[in-house]
Parts: sequence; C-alpha cells; structure tokens
Amino acid sequence: MQQTFEIVVIGGGPAGIAAAVAASQSSKRVAVLDDNPRVGGQIWRGGPGLAQPKAAARWFYQLETANVRVFNGARVIHADASARTLQAETTREIFPIGYQNLILATGARELFLPFPGWTLPNVMGAGGFQALVKSGLPIAGKRVVVAGTGPLLLAVAAYLCDHGANVARICEQASSSSLAAFALRMLAFPGKLREALSLRYKSRFAKYATQSWPVSAHGKISLESITISESGRLREIPCDYLACAFHLIPNTELPRMLGCHLNQEAFVETDELQQTLHQGIYCAGEPTGIGGVELSTIEGRIAGHAAANDKRAAAKLFPARARYRKLAAAMKQAFRLRPELATLAKPDTFLCRCEDVTLHQVRQHNSWKSAKLHTRCGMGPCQGRICGAAANFLFGWNIESARPPVFPARCESLAAISSLTSSLTTETEPPQFHGGFQ
Amino acid sequence: MPENVTVYVNDLPVTVPTGATVAVAVMLSSNVCRTSVSGEPRAPLCAMGACFECRVEINEVRHLRSCQVACEPQMKIKVGR
Ligand SMILES: Cc1cc2nc3c(=O)[nH]c(=O)nc-3n(C[C@H](O)[C@H](O)[C@H](O)COP(=O)(O)OP(=O)(O)OC[C@H]3O[C@@H](n4cnc5c(N)ncnc54)[C@H](O)[C@@H]3O)c2cc1C
Ligand code: FES
Repeated sequence: MQQTFEIVVIGGGPAGIAAAVAASQSSKRVAVLDDNPRVGGQIWRGGPGLAQPKAAARWFYQLETANVRVFNGARVIHADASARTLQAETTREIFPIGYQNLILATGARELFLPFPGWTLPNVMGAGGFQALVKSGLPIAGKRVVVAGTGPLLLAVAAYLCDHGANVARICEQASSSSLAAFALRMLAFPGKLREALSLRYKSRFAKYATQSWPVSAHGKISLESITISESGRLREIPCDYLACAFHLIPNTELPRMLGCHLNQEAFVETDELQQTLHQGIYCAGEPTGIGGVELSTIEGRIAGHAAANDKRAAAKLFPARARYRKLAAAMKQAFRLRPELATLAKPDTFLCRCEDVTLHQVRQHNSWKSAKLHTRCGMGPCQGRICGAAANFLFGWNIESARPPVFPARCESLAAISSLTSSLTTETEPPQFHGGFQ
Repeated sequence: MPENVTVYVNDLPVTVPTGATVAVAVMLSSNVCRTSVSGEPRAPLCAMGACFECRVEINEVRHLRSCQVACEPQMKIKVGR
C-alpha cells in the first residue's frame, strides 16, 4: 500500500535535515528519503555515529527527536509531479511514496576535469577520497597531492594531515590576487575566516601553491607521480594519491524530471520561499546554487517552514540567507575556473570513462546529443554524470534533460515504474545496465 | 561489534575496519576494481556512487558499486573483470 506524507524531503544532507526539522514544527506528517546508509549528506557523511562538528550533532539530535519518518538507503528513482508520487528503491524493494508538498534537497557532486592520466587508479575526487578515508582507508605516511580550487582544498588537506598523510602540495588554481581579494571580503564573516585559518594551521606542513594545477598524471598500473603547472613552470611530484577538487555541480536530475525550471547557470530557479515554478515543489541547498553548508541549512529551514505554510517563520530567515548568498557570490568570483583547465586533455585522453571515448572522437561533433549518438559517449552506466559535466565545461555544451530513471535501476524497479506511468512508454530509453556494463 | 572485518578479494583475505566500504578493501589489496573497455585498470573516482568506476562482483552479484556497499564478514569480492 502506498504511504503518503504531507511533506516529503528528498535528500538527507544539511539542507534536507533542516527542511524536515522545520517542517515538523507544524503538525504535518513529514518524511525524508536519502540514498546513503545514514543521513548527513556529503559534509556530515557517516551520520550521528561518527565524530561530527557541533552544528551537525545539534541537527542530528533535532531530527531524531522530531516527528519525522526517515528512510535511509532509499534512492528516489522516479518522480511524477502530476500524480504526486515518487518511486524509491532500496537493496530489497521498490516502493511508492505519495506527497502533497515536496522539498528537493539533492545536493551536489564533484566536477571532474579530464587531463592525461586522470583515469589512473588513485586519481580521485578530493571529497570522494576523504569519504574513503573516513570509511577506513589508512593513509598514514602516504604522499598525497591535493589540487583544484576553493575552500574544499584546505578542508580536505587538513583532514588528511590530521590522519597522518604526507600532503606534498596543495595546488590552488586561482591567483594570489584573487585569493587576497577574497580574504578581504571574508572579514565580514569572522567565523568562516577563523575556520579557514585553523584548516591552514592543521595543514601547515604542506606547501600551498597558487596559480597551480595538475597537467598530467603518470604511473604504470596506478598513480606514481603527477606533473603540475606552478606559476607557469612545470614540476613533477611523486605521489601515491591525487585528490582533485574542481568545484561542485548540482544534482538536478530529479528537479528536471519534475519539470522544474533551471536558470542560465543550470541551477534550479526558486522564489523567495524556495518554491520552484511548480506549486508545492520546493528546492533547497546546492541545487539552487553552490553555497556551502550554512546556506544549505538556511534554505532548508525556509523551504521546510514554507512547505508547512508558516510563511512568517520562513521570512525571518531571509536576512541570514542574503548574507550567506553574498559569501557564495564572492567565492564564485574568487575561485572561477581558469580557461587553461579546459585545454589539459589531449586528443587521445578519454573523455568518457565508461565507454573509453577520446576527446578527439567527441570533438568531431557539435553537440552533446550528436556525440552521444555517434560515439556512445555518455551512454555508459554513469549516464553522462562524469563526461557530460566535463563536456559542458570543455565545450559549453548543454546536457539534455533527464529521462527516468534517475539512476540505473534494477529490472524490477523499471517494471514498477512503467506499470505506474503510462507517459513513459514512448519516451524511455532503457538504461545500459545489463549488457551495457563491462 | 568487532573492530575489524575480513573479506576476500579474488580469494585473498583482506582485513578492514568495521564499517569500511568494499572500495576500501579493494584499494588495500589489488587496487583495481575493473578493466575498462580498452583494457585499462580502473579504481574509484568519486566514492559517492556517481561514476561507476568502482564496480566489482560481490557474492556472485556483478556490477555493484563497491563504494556504496559496506564490507561484511566473509564477503567474496571479485575484481578486474
Ligand atoms: C564529495 C563532497 C565532499 C565534500 N566535503 C566537504 C567538506 O569536507 N567540508 C565542507 O565544508 N564542505 C564539503 N562539501 C560541500 C558540502 O557537501 C555542502 O556544502 C553541503 O553538504 C551541502 O548540503 P546539501 O544538503 O545541500 O547537499 P548534500 O550534502 O549533497 O546532501 C544531499 C543528499 O541527498 C541525497 N540524494 C541525492 N539524490 C537523491 C535521490 N535521488 N534519492 C535519495 N537521496 C538522494 C545525497 O546522497 C545526499 O545525501 C563536500 C561536497 C562533496 C560533493
Ligand atoms: S567510486 Fe564512483 S561510483 Fe563508486
């Protein structure tokens, strides 16, 4: 039997937790669905079980004591705005959930840039590498280079140093002048500034280089060294791991499936109550613009109150949101990716890692659609999550709208979806998950 | 709960802390999860379920993302396919 809630939140990161807690202050029935074994999202990954910052502990406590039904390990694979139902998948079952109001808090993932050697084992996303270490990968004494841009670099480097890694370099692609300008604007956020200084103190033995980025990675079976460009000079650094952090990109597959409108920068458009152009569908956190954990929680609270029809409580949070949006804008300006980063891949560098399609092959086409059709780029199991985002950065291509399911799902899930929705029969292209896997 | 779990990666025992994902066990042993279409060794990239580079066979079920599955005692993991 289908369970129905007055308010359903998709995503149990900071935005989703805050939204659910705020919404539950009404007497409405609230549920949260998250695809990880525990709530917490990217930054508080691992949930209440792990040592977490104070703010996280407070939110976990509030969620536990609130009247909210939490579905862990439940991935929403389909959403139907007209029927107001979702399909969620766990390792054991597929089940429908009905809603009256929906809050999308699906967060973000890392952007990966192709360069020669980026497919070598041990070249990873910085956030992903940190997650593996959190989950038990020992790194004491390992040589690590952390490269990319923005505050995540320092956060990851500090974490790795704390766990005994030998961080050989922190490569920040931005110039020292944009960092200086950013530091000035940070003076208005003493808390954030203190946080940054403390992260740098923890990683003080690692050299921090500006105007620096990876050019190529080398190794026979796995990573052995990388070549970086540092203030215009090339330098080779031996290392066991390369952790890359070139910005986050929003998870907008579900919002797009629901027909939510995206703005020019491909973020979900909302009004001041975080409501999308669809009545009753709200969006909060990274999908509306990359802004960090504080902005995500504020937006989540606004969406939660608004969905529970408490506009006054929502409006009280507008000034705080405006303040953190300013910080987000300053961050975006200071850490804008330089155009050189779009020229690192060579003609024989694989752009699509699922199907091993080279940059040269993809470049023969003038749109993502044409490249997909003729080269199988983006047709593998990642469904273009990695190569589509890279192609967008490299060529400015628009990556088409999402078709159900949001992720390669199991056969049973597909059957359940198609029996529930008639509109799918003509549009759905089956995902490449049986024979398509290598 | 015991502190460690032992699993088998291509029949070789690997011991990891309780709660570690299968991706960690693979990185501690063979370091390679799968072989790409053109024969390259591949290992985790995103560790958050998006890239599918970490897929392996677990207890005879193929194509599972090792970064999304926690190690359980005696799990049999096959890599390099
Ligand atoms: C890999 C990574 C590492 C990071 N590390 C740090 C760090 O160390 N320090 C720092 O300050 N910031 C870090 N950040 C940034 C930080 O994640 C954000 O500032 C903050 O977590 C945003 O909160 P959110 O709730 O908007 O999104 P998220 O935290 O991303 O939460 C979204 C949640 O929704 C879930 N979800 C998405 N789609 C579905 C679906 N279809 N069905 C069910 N659930 C779904 C996701 O699994 C996730 O749990 C990191 C980001 C990433 C991507
Ligand atoms: S490492 Fe990307 S899906 Fe597991």
